[in-house]
Amino acid sequence: MRVEVQSEPFDPATELAGFGAKGDVGAIVTFTGIVRATGGLTGMEIEHYPSMTAKAIEAIASEAVARWGLDDCLVIHRYGVLSPGEQIMMVATASRHRAAAFEAAEFLMDYLKSRAPFWKKETGPDGATWVAAKDEDEDALSRW
Amino acid sequence: MLDVLYFAWVRERIGEPRERIETEAATVAELVDELRGREARYALAFSDLSALRVAIDQELAEFDSPLAGAREVAFFPPMTGG
Repeated sequence: MRVEVQSEPFDPATELAGFGAKGDVGAIVTFTGIVRATGGLTGMEIEHYPSMTAKAIEAIASEAVARWGLDDCLVIHRYGVLSPGEQIMMVATASRHRAAAFEAAEFLMDYLKSRAPFWKKETGPDGATWVAAKDEDEDALSRW
Repeated sequence: MLDVLYFAWVRERIGEPRERIETEAATVAELVDELRGREARYALAFSDLSALRVAIDQELAEFDSPLAGAREVAFFPPMTGG
């Protein structure tokens, strides 16, 4: 398991080198979140709670590993100033079978969205606004 | 002494990211009442608790959570990670 909280950009392909390289791994699922340019968005700033962030993500990732018996799990999440087209974050899960890898990746995404201490502020034609959490993001946790 | 941290629009409304305060508050809710009584900017930041989340010593907590032994309390809007 590896968790990285960083301001620097990352290259998903480089990060995945050697990931899940074990004899009994039969499935690797990866998800990468990108800054959209929708609605004339020109930038995004992500604030976080430095002393809590890695700890909170590690707890979420450990739960995914335990619950789905993952062979490996990777979470990278950026903070700071990002431009459209840049990667915000990625998760990767490795398991024997695909169902566990897919489900664990969805679980990670749902929990990172509402339980990892990040706050997004978008800059667009009308200035900068904090992204509001959606009710459906909170509801998504109940399925787990 | 308690370190109180603010993030995102809570930080912007209060005008600072953190402060160290002396308090007798037994719960988060009591601390919030104390802060609200200080100045208008606090009253504004804490006007709707349903729009706020709280962490005690870097763990998510509730507004009725006790503060005994706490070193750091953080207030912030619902998180928007991922």
